[in-house]
Amino acid sequence: MSEIKKIATRESYGNALAELGKEYENLVVLDADLAGATKTSIFKKAFPERHIDCGIAEGNMMGVAAGLATLGKIPFASTFAMFAAGRAFEQVRNSIGYPHLNVKIGATHAGISVGEDGASHQCNEDIALMRTIPNMVVICPADDIEAKEAVKASVEYNGPVYLRFGRLAVPVINDKSDYKFEIGKGITLKEGTDVTIVATGLEVYESLEAGKLLEEAGINAEIINIHTIKPLDEELIISSAKKTGKVVTVEEHSVIGGLGGAVAEVLSEKCPTPLLRIGMNDVFGESGNAVELIKKYGLDSVGIYNKVKDFVK
Amino acid sequence: MDILELKKVANEVRKGILTATHSAKSGHPGGSLSSADIFTYLYFEEMNIDPKNPKKDDRDRFVLSKGHTAPGYYSAMAHRGYFPVDELKTLRKVGSHLQGHPCMQHIDGIDMSSGSLGQGISSAVGMAIGGKMDNKDYRVYTLLGDGEIQEGQVWEACMLAGHRKLDNLVVIVDNNGLQIDGNIEDVCSPYPIDKKFEAFNFYVINVNDGNDMEQIKDAFEVARKVKGKPVAIIAKTVKGKGVSFMENKASWHGVAPNDEEYKLAMEELEKVGETLCQK
Repeated sequence: MSEIKKIATRESYGNALAELGKEYENLVVLDADLAGATKTSIFKKAFPERHIDCGIAEGNMMGVAAGLATLGKIPFASTFAMFAAGRAFEQVRNSIGYPHLNVKIGATHAGISVGEDGASHQCNEDIALMRTIPNMVVICPADDIEAKEAVKASVEYNGPVYLRFGRLAVPVINDKSDYKFEIGKGITLKEGTDVTIVATGLEVYESLEAGKLLEEAGINAEIINIHTIKPLDEELIISSAKKTGKVVTVEEHSVIGGLGGAVAEVLSEKCPTPLLRIGMNDVFGESGNAVELIKKYGLDSVGIYNKVKDFVK
Repeated sequence: MDILELKKVANEVRKGILTATHSAKSGHPGGSLSSADIFTYLYFEEMNIDPKNPKKDDRDRFVLSKGHTAPGYYSAMAHRGYFPVDELKTLRKVGSHLQGHPCMQHIDGIDMSSGSLGQGISSAVGMAIGGKMDNKDYRVYTLLGDGEIQEGQVWEACMLAGHRKLDNLVVIVDNNGLQIDGNIEDVCSPYPIDKKFEAFNFYVINVNDGNDMEQIKDAFEVARKVKGKPVAIIAKTVKGKGVSFMENKASWHGVAPNDEEYKLAMEELEKVGETLCQK
């Protein structure tokens, strides 16, 4: 395992901004005293005149970003998911979402993989919050390659986008020549017949690993990477559900309202299918090593394998 | 435009406020009336704007942070030529572009949607930062209520504005002394307002009578000369100004005049208009 290249998607975010900043002179980056942690410091170093540190005031930062967007700038407002989607929810909703301004929200440190900082900083509710805002695009990339592509695509897209990044270094899985990122288009990583596993973010890798274990147990899982939770690739999910007849969602987020919620909504209305949602089961996280926490809450490959095996039985 | 003409326009703007809220049977006449002279001065004298070219790049920007006083804003815009005055009657009705609170997607010329208190000033700060970044000369104006400054976000925005020395930003506080639940001093006093802005590194201009066009003019002229700091104009105003039975009454914050009240109010304003025309 040690030979697999690992990188945190927050790092990819900072690198992508610094790269895109060369091409897009109207790209500006805002922070709320977390430029080091969100990795936007990489952009700041390259383009100090286009970096605005708003201090520890996330609500104001969202409004400032909105004001900049009215001038034709492409602002990336960066902070932890907890503060971007949580504390500043209403500013995002009213100052960015409602006027449909071209603001990108770069939310790092999402989910329990924040690790040692504990539950106060582990946002497991952001996908649910953000996807209720009309026309908000919600993206949760799986690895370095996807994260960079997502940042690029969000620059090219005109409108508000919520980008969810992680603190933990995660394996690079999309280093394939045919890899293509398109907002709203899921990717079938492995074809299967017995069950569909729909995953997002770092759970895509864990699901792929779980798929191997399931294979050994004689279960042929189809594995889909849903990097865009909104707009959801309903067509892909429904067609796979029809094929396998069982669907499992996996996310480093509450089972309420996130990827599992979104898939449940689609399937129950358009293609009723037995569904298992794997995620944080309506509980807060806790302090600890990120990898150990992922294991403890059953979000590692073995945890997923066990749950899927029982579900398929 | 000279002071007398500005006063005449402000009187027309007030009529528009009453017509709009009466027609809507809801809305916020009190704070719209207290700000009517400020709206008029901004849109007829102070700001570099063109209703025929509402999105021109170098225009001055305005953000109505106290978005509930949209009737005053809309009335000033309509009289300035952004849309027909008659459309004020569609305020708050289904399908109207005159939403209860300003929406930039509905009207060209509205620089920012607002309504949730404390948020507009942040966008204005963003516009001012952008102006500096691009070496543009345009100025950014934002109007806040004195109740609104109870919102913490206002001070987050002020801290950033002072820190970045945004001398292209003018924050105006409509200090009418009343909010929905009553006197601002009884609800949760924001006083001293001027000292607070000073502490946040603003250049503060106190206006004793923010319904007096000459005093408003003087304040904005001083504001133009300030360098190296954002400006806060604290304008002492009268809520419901211009309609005797509405003046200084918190109950007129968010209630529209009924038919009889509308008639009385319009008669009063007609008389003011006649007097102004005789001058």
